[in-house]
Amino acid sequence: MDIKVRGIQKNFGSFPALGGVDLDIESGELIALLGPSGSGKTTLLRVIAGLEFPDRGQILFGEEDMADQPIRERRVGFVFQHYALFKHMTVLDNVAFGLRVRSRGERPPEAIIRERARELIELVQLAGLEKRYPTQLSGGQRQRVALARALAIEPRVLLLDEPFGALDAKVRKDLRRWLRQLHDKTGVTTIFVTHDQEEALELADRVVVMNKGRIEQVGSTDEVYEKPATPFVFDFLGNTNVLPGEVRGREVYVDGQTSAIVTDSIHAAGPVDVYVRPSDLRVTDAHAAGFDAVIRSMQRTGPIVRCEATAVHSGQAIEIEVPHLHHDTQALRAGQQVRLRLNQFSVFPRQTRKGGGALPDVVANAPAEYRERGRS
Amino acid sequence: MSSLVLSPRSKTHTVRTTAIPGFGLTLGYTIVYLSLLVLIPLAGVFFKAAGLGFEGFWHVVSSPRVLAALKLSFGAALIGASINAVFGTLVAWVFVRYEFPGKRFFDAIIDLPFALPTAVAGIALTALYAGNGWIGQYLEPLGIKIAYTPLGVIVACTFIGLPFVVRTVQPVLQDAEKELEEAAASLGADRWQTITRVILPTVLPAVLTGFALAFARAVGEYGSIIFIAGNLPMVSEIAPLLIIIKLEEFDYAGATAVASAMLILSFILLLLVNGLQVWARKRHGGSR
Repeated sequence: MDIKVRGIQKNFGSFPALGGVDLDIESGELIALLGPSGSGKTTLLRVIAGLEFPDRGQILFGEEDMADQPIRERRVGFVFQHYALFKHMTVLDNVAFGLRVRSRGERPPEAIIRERARELIELVQLAGLEKRYPTQLSGGQRQRVALARALAIEPRVLLLDEPFGALDAKVRKDLRRWLRQLHDKTGVTTIFVTHDQEEALELADRVVVMNKGRIEQVGSTDEVYEKPATPFVFDFLGNTNVLPGEVRGREVYVDGQTSAIVTDSIHAAGPVDVYVRPSDLRVTDAHAAGFDAVIRSMQRTGPIVRCEATAVHSGQAIEIEVPHLHHDTQALRAGQQVRLRLNQFSVFPRQTRKGGGALPDVVANAPAEYRERGRS
Repeated sequence: MSSLVLSPRSKTHTVRTTAIPGFGLTLGYTIVYLSLLVLIPLAGVFFKAAGLGFEGFWHVVSSPRVLAALKLSFGAALIGASINAVFGTLVAWVFVRYEFPGKRFFDAIIDLPFALPTAVAGIALTALYAGNGWIGQYLEPLGIKIAYTPLGVIVACTFIGLPFVVRTVQPVLQDAEKELEEAAASLGADRWQTITRVILPTVLPAVLTGFALAFARAVGEYGSIIFIAGNLPMVSEIAPLLIIIKLEEFDYAGATAVASAMLILSFILLLLVNGLQVWARKRHGGSR
């Protein structure tokens, strides 16, 4: 079932939870709604489910307008963060619930309901636990019961609200992989909410990054990570260094340097912020394009070495991540001044305090293979 | 240096059998306490009643006036507790689920039957439901007499039992997440199915507890009932009043015989309710 979200607005009192959201979801997709708390991602999920009603806008399942349909008419499978299992029912009864509450005409015979529930319990790999009560299961098992229960009604779309949020890291990883396989097997259009960028990138076909009730970017996992559309997306998807810079034509001058990085994907002029991830900074020879920094401290955490440094011109604190045993780390010492190369970076208009970027069209993502221009 | 090494070793000499200390002491207190306050006085009742012999006991208890009083006491208490089980749950539901002006005020009012001297409650109820009272004057023409009839006893039993059900069900409803209802709705359940299949089973053990407490309180209630009941022998005379009457006639053995009968009946009924609770809780998978 493909889903279209059209101009959805929703206020809670005077707080705008969703400020005009548009989104197209294709049939069979696995979509992540990613954002910090308060970004409106859960509200959007609940609006699609029919647990909240929008102030304005349309939700289309295929061609059918769902705006006035309550949740029980929409046939959506909803999985809650804290499972919301019926504690007084066994696993089997929980899974069978959706079939048993159907009206007499549509309800399959009891034997078929049980059969179907057993199949689903097997699908979520809980065979043998049919007679247990939810309190006798682990968190991961409970969430799988919740999933089987949601799938029992043959939902047109499966909606998961932070499905792994209450689980510990190891279980979360296993369940994530398992959910991906389950989705590939069942092919049900699935939307899940998460604030964990790793989870979104690992699991989803496409990621919807949300902030303050609006969609910042929609794209494949590669797109949002490699080509973030806004500073927010860049910042939210990983660790970030921000350096002052300037763009002249296709030349980028980072941190007051006189040597420029040249790239074809930049086209404008003016002051910019240069965004670069700690893992995209490398120590290079003193004549290459980049900028200068002084190493303050170095700390090894597992396979990588993390360096705290200060940009020489702006005094900006920056972070560098280098693989341990990389030849860079051999020569590094605290107090040393080095030239840093930017393997990959993005530039955005300088963020001014008084709202709005000064240069709206300076948005660029430089690929790793940029040219360097002569030194001066 | 060596003393540092030695000190932890010396600790291992004291062997602890359980992780929680003071078991013997607290259990001792509990038993002494229960004995002084509950077991010894109750045993005294049975001891005194035993002076009659079984035949004498049976003669007192099976007399028509005592039987009628016991029937009224237990019948009215059961009806009152049942009414409270239904409407107390409803009240608790309203307080938990909805916001309305004056909610805190009404919430505080629920506890008044706890705090009010029972005689005051009895006089107030009588004044309201008597033939010329605020409410009674409208019921009388309809042929409904409440004050000075068994109906009045039921009204008093209901009044004093209300807080028990509300206060036991309220926290359980608060815990029963709104998500349970949303989950049921997402699976296609309508309002009625959600209430009967999801919410009520969740709060049932708490309702039973409230029912048992309200019942126990109503059976033993004296002060508020005697004002509204009218105390006609065989009609609106409750068992606790009968005990007082027998005491005033210096018939101590007869009084304790009635008291023993009440104790035994109450104990059996509370045991039954307890069994129901265990059954209801088992359906929760043995937790909580």
